[in-house]
Amino acid sequence: MTTLLDLALVAWLLALAVHVVAQPDERSAIVAFLAFGLLLGLGWVRLAAPDVALTEIAIGGGGTGILLLRAEAALRGRDKNAEPMSTAGKAAVALGCAAVSAGLGLAVLTFSSPPPTLAPAASAALGATGLGNPVTAVLLAYRALDTLLEKVVVLLALIGVWSLAPDGLWGGAPEVKPAAVPGPLAYLARVLPPFGVVIGVYMFWVGADAPGGTFQAGTVLAAMWLLVMMAGLYPPPDTARPLLRLVLVGGPALFLAIAFLGFVFADGFLAYPEAMAKPLILAIEAALTLSVAAALAMLVAGPARKAPAR
Amino acid sequence: MTAVLQPGVLFGLCGAGLVGIGLFAVVTQTGLLRRIVGCNILGAGIFLVFGAVARRGAGAGFDADPVPQALVITGIVVAFSASALAVALLKRLSELTDGDRAEAAERESGS
Amino acid sequence: MTPLVHATTPGGYLLVLAVILPVCAVLAIVACGPRSAARIAMVTLAAGLAIAVAIAAELISSGAALSYVVGAWQPPLGIALRADGLSGAMLVMTALVVVAVGLFARVQHGLDEGARDGRAQTTFWLMLLALWSALNAVFVGEDLFNLYVALELLTFAAVPLVCLDGRSKTIMAALRYLLFALLGSLLYLLGTGLLYGQYGTLDLLALSRLSRQDPALSVALALMIVGLLAKAALFPLHLWLPPAHAGAPAPASAVLSALVIKAPVFLILRLVLDVAPPQAAAIAGQLLAVLGAASILFCSVMALRQARLKLMIAYSTVAQIGYLFIVFPLAAGSADLPPWGTIAWTGGALQLVSHALAKAAMFLAAGVIAEAFGHDRIADLGGFGRVLPLSAAAFGLAGLSLMGIPPSGGFVAKCLLLTAAVIGGYPWLAATILIGGLLAGGYVFRVIDKALAVPTVPVKTLRPIPRRLEFAALALAVAAVLIGFVPLRPFGFLQIGRDGLAMALTP
Repeated sequence: MTTLLDLALVAWLLALAVHVVAQPDERSAIVAFLAFGLLLGLGWVRLAAPDVALTEIAIGGGGTGILLLRAEAALRGRDKNAEPMSTAGKAAVALGCAAVSAGLGLAVLTFSSPPPTLAPAASAALGATGLGNPVTAVLLAYRALDTLLEKVVVLLALIGVWSLAPDGLWGGAPEVKPAAVPGPLAYLARVLPPFGVVIGVYMFWVGADAPGGTFQAGTVLAAMWLLVMMAGLYPPPDTARPLLRLVLVGGPALFLAIAFLGFVFADGFLAYPEAMAKPLILAIEAALTLSVAAALAMLVAGPARKAPAR
Repeated sequence: MTAVLQPGVLFGLCGAGLVGIGLFAVVTQTGLLRRIVGCNILGAGIFLVFGAVARRGAGAGFDADPVPQALVITGIVVAFSASALAVALLKRLSELTDGDRAEAAERESGS
Repeated sequence: MTPLVHATTPGGYLLVLAVILPVCAVLAIVACGPRSAARIAMVTLAAGLAIAVAIAAELISSGAALSYVVGAWQPPLGIALRADGLSGAMLVMTALVVVAVGLFARVQHGLDEGARDGRAQTTFWLMLLALWSALNAVFVGEDLFNLYVALELLTFAAVPLVCLDGRSKTIMAALRYLLFALLGSLLYLLGTGLLYGQYGTLDLLALSRLSRQDPALSVALALMIVGLLAKAALFPLHLWLPPAHAGAPAPASAVLSALVIKAPVFLILRLVLDVAPPQAAAIAGQLLAVLGAASILFCSVMALRQARLKLMIAYSTVAQIGYLFIVFPLAAGSADLPPWGTIAWTGGALQLVSHALAKAAMFLAAGVIAEAFGHDRIADLGGFGRVLPLSAAAFGLAGLSLMGIPPSGGFVAKCLLLTAAVIGGYPWLAATILIGGLLAGGYVFRVIDKALAVPTVPVKTLRPIPRRLEFAALALAVAAVLIGFVPLRPFGFLQIGRDGLAMALTP
């Protein structure tokens, strides 16, 4: 029974992807991509990866979806930057892509058996971190360097987006509110945020031991903030505003500070003293959640469109 | 035959298919926004391959190997950041070339 | 119990500092605001250079690779950093170029009071420092996924540098660059996933010690190498590079051309020589050499035909990158001689370093020229050597290296490669190296000719150019020449940490 469900899900995912690519209307294609993201989240549940499922639905589907919808609205049919390919050219490309898929499929089918896994190693080391969720342990302990650098990647993307403002507006506030705020949006913006914040805090809190964590919680908080800004209840801040910059930097900075303390109090950079591991990791996650929320929301909001208040 | 129907294999094959579809979109689409969408489909396919690897690696009481799962979470966030930067560049480009699309088209083919 | 692959060595913490210090500076600048950007950057440049030199000194004194196991979590669960001789050379080269570019930018920013602490200047400092972190992370990374994050960091730092001036043309170039780079990273990531599915480890050193026979390994490596080739802009995937590198401001062009494209090349080198099974490596090496040779010939001709100086230099970059790929069959080694014992290994490494120094010098000199005349049309630069003698000298000295004329690092590099090609029975590669040198002579002399020309009307600059602005380019060009005094034989430093055999060969 579950196999049938899996087969249906896979077929639906592939069909939706083809639909997204083939759909001539851009807006419909992007809406289909949003649906694809939600469905993909379901796939991750079937792969026994609830942490990824939450991330995929929140960021991969939701976040990217909003971003693309806003871009489509701004561009509206003016995005034609290349000559359409000839049918023969497309056929050749399709053949090449099919070959890549086939090769990849073959690789998936012939993966070595028994499958190599780090699950036992991750499980054995879990005690030293005090955490219950192995994915969080990988992200914030075993492979914390990746996570640290990836936070810098997000910050850099934001700086890059901000650098696209005209010189005179740099440091000013982005524009998020549409020309006319639809009624339902304004209503949601008044009702949802308190619940959203509670859900976000809950997701962060359980992340140590159950599915959830900084990104998922950060995305929920970011979505609430965006909703409030879009409804015009609270204007987006100037990008040069010190408080905003401190929130953005706070998470990675605390992460780095604790990482350096590892030189003194533990086995080196990014090592935690065993007794303190869990509280330290929770502190890092709390600061990162706020930073991620601010960064994701500002990434969607885009570069400054108003001159800064000086 | 039943081996193919394990989620760890089935979704891996789905990922392989999505990689092909995404790659096709990135190479052939005319609009840059749609190429960005193509990149996202390609990325989703790659992540599913990681997911299949994770599912196969179930053990030690976990239903899936946590390491590839964590890699995917990192990957999804990086992919989102990339989309955000690409979209911002695209919007700025369209603002700047607004009203002078002929020139923009010439640039595209001339550069 | 398998023996530990990595163990933290004395001085290993320096690798962490090399990666993390510039990131700390980025965070500090964001927190403190634009006013402090240049000051924080200057302090970081000095500290980062010191760290790179310290790593090189530690490598020489210990004669073995430096390693650091991050957080004491052993790979494959955790991540290790490692620097051998080649990594050490890359770290020092990167530090030299970044410092020279930083000093140039500091003077150049001072010329434009109106833009002080503005958008372009602040973004430049942030991206320069982030880029340094990313490059160091690539050169010392041992974990394939950690390297993926480092490559993405590099992309996100490099793309905004391309469009700092905010014109639609450069934004288009930046967008194309981003799409190419993303596609490249995704293919690389896919290969990483396959490797993990097959072997359950992402550690390069562990992968290099596996018995290597699987077809999955070849598929994974092929995907990764193709992805990296797109980032390295090897012909025919080079189309994004000239507009991106020529459109950026001069100091940004210098780091993009000298350093950023070296990171994927370095990783390809590691994948082909360290991880690929020998037969597959031989086939891949031949293919890469063919593309490299095509790059040298085609893009040298393109460089010769450019009317604008910066575009000419950018095409020259693609051509010079080609030399790094003809190294693969030449440095394949044999049963009794490992790749790093061959003269082609030393030649390739010297080409990497000397091209970086020479190319950065050229772009900075072009920046001075653009600052002085407000344009970079080669035809209208007649007699520029009279008003900008230092820049003309820098351009000429850097040109020696690109052409492969003594004394210069490029000469030693190309001489070693040529010898290796002749001995190894690759006459077509030898011919390519010679023709490439002649073509490079052609495009360099076009500019030198203009520099020395007697102008019909007195040459005037738009604004006074302080001599300080010209020093950075000259210093880099002189450094490129000084590398020419390295002896013509396998260079011991580049073999440190490659394996036990390497030690026996150290002079």
